[in-house]
Amino acid sequence: MKILVPVKRVVDYNIKPRVKADGSGVDTTGVKMSMNPFDEIAVEEAVRLREKGAASEVVVVSVGVQKAQDTLRTAMAMGADRAILVLSEESPEPLAVAKVLRKLVEKEEPGLVILGKQAIDDDMNATGQMLAGLLGWGQGTFASKVEIADDHARVSREIDGGTEEVSLKLPAIITADLRLNEPRYASLPNIMKAKKKPLETIEAAELGVDMKPRLSIVSVAEPPERKAGIKVGSVAELVEKLRNEAKVI
Amino acid sequence: MTALVLLDHEEGQIRKAALSAVTAASQLGEVHVLVAGDAAIAQAAAAVPGVAKVLHAADARYAHELAEPLAALIVSLAGQYDHIVAAAGATGKNVLPRAAALLDVQPIPDVIRIVDAETFVRPIYAGNALATVKSSDAKKVLTVRNAAFDAAASTGGNAPIEAVDAVDAPEVSKFEAVKLSDSERPDLETARVVVSGGRGMQSEEKFHTLDPLADALGAAIGASRAAVDSGFVPNEYQVGQTGKIVAPELYMAFGISGAIQHLAGMKDSRVIVAINKDPEAPIFQVADYGMEADLFEVVPQLVEELKK
Repeated sequence: MKILVPVKRVVDYNIKPRVKADGSGVDTTGVKMSMNPFDEIAVEEAVRLREKGAASEVVVVSVGVQKAQDTLRTAMAMGADRAILVLSEESPEPLAVAKVLRKLVEKEEPGLVILGKQAIDDDMNATGQMLAGLLGWGQGTFASKVEIADDHARVSREIDGGTEEVSLKLPAIITADLRLNEPRYASLPNIMKAKKKPLETIEAAELGVDMKPRLSIVSVAEPPERKAGIKVGSVAELVEKLRNEAKVI
Repeated sequence: MTALVLLDHEEGQIRKAALSAVTAASQLGEVHVLVAGDAAIAQAAAAVPGVAKVLHAADARYAHELAEPLAALIVSLAGQYDHIVAAAGATGKNVLPRAAALLDVQPIPDVIRIVDAETFVRPIYAGNALATVKSSDAKKVLTVRNAAFDAAASTGGNAPIEAVDAVDAPEVSKFEAVKLSDSERPDLETARVVVSGGRGMQSEEKFHTLDPLADALGAAIGASRAAVDSGFVPNEYQVGQTGKIVAPELYMAFGISGAIQHLAGMKDSRVIVAINKDPEAPIFQVADYGMEADLFEVVPQLVEELKK
């Protein structure tokens, strides 16, 4: 079975993003970019499934600008076998990405697609579910455990207030939650080897997918600042403030 | 204009977050709600003021709110609605994007403000920016943050209930089991007071240091991602960009440094208190009241002081 893993290049999670002065978006020029942390977890899970013998090949794909090939190389250094880059504008909407991925799924015929549960830039949490809908496949979102047995995947899902288990008929879509695994670091020899692994580049237009955004950005603004608070010296003072000043207890 | 709200529920009760979705939808027009599951929930939904009609799907295949059949059901009903809305919880986030794809619509997740019928405000980059977006889709599919909208009342309404038939959907998934954590404490997302612990709690045992304080305050207990990753508490305690978003009256952070991803989940709280040994911890920049101290000394003192 082949596993397809879509990965996204995003502003590194340690960086505090700055809103552009003209309110048109977030400034990404010269900012450190990395693989979306949830996608690292997805790549890790796919590689582990191949190591366990449940999969034969791991193919990573990214939809975005030329620079996204760095992200694909990172995924190959973690153990993915080959990569596909679909060239488009920066950060297309989940609907467009899901349509691109559907085309690739039709071409590659994977038995499983593992995505991250959300990207930390647009915080959409939608692409996996949308791809599952377009393909008519079962979806195991927010997965914290995955087991493959014959033609089924048994998935534990993080839900409000606990965990739910579902069984999905393969082929299926899984989206990775934080607790699924601890992604490995790419070793230097593997980073060198990843440079030689195949990376295919396709123009989004060649796939016949309409990439035009459905949502237009009216403005992007800084959230309201909180007023600076005070430091207190004792527990008694803290409780007094909460009782009489803030009136919350 | 009419909006359809997917009213999710748990253990025989409508989720409070779903009642916030009703409030949000009422800003868009007449509100119809869709209840998948048992008849008692449909009865409860009919009593929610502001609901004009309850659509009740009783078929067994909808009992566990699985995305595959439920999305197909929503699509079959979508024709007469301009907006399809759900709370931005695990159910809404699982089901609505799938339905949106089937309708060829780009969904708008985590809405915190409705500007007009096609313009919405939502946080991006872990809440470090607020984007105002305008949708060009014929139908708008959105999930809303419960912390940004008051919950609708649960009594006083009297809406008619209409049964809806099941529709065909690919039979590709099966519910196996659910394990809910049994907690006597208030629900994290709707609690008036939240007491949260981070890596500074040191261990699973020591995390229970917070229990007496939470009891004294009638508070829910939360945690940072660091505390969850270290295995101190289960995942559903996590407050942050990738966990729960809370906005209580009082949020108390113990041994939490205040990483961007955590602040995204709690910085709309009315009053924030931070207790941390590290004077440089970023949490102090958002705290109304900060205290540089060892939390293991402070917590018992707080419990004592609250008794006075």
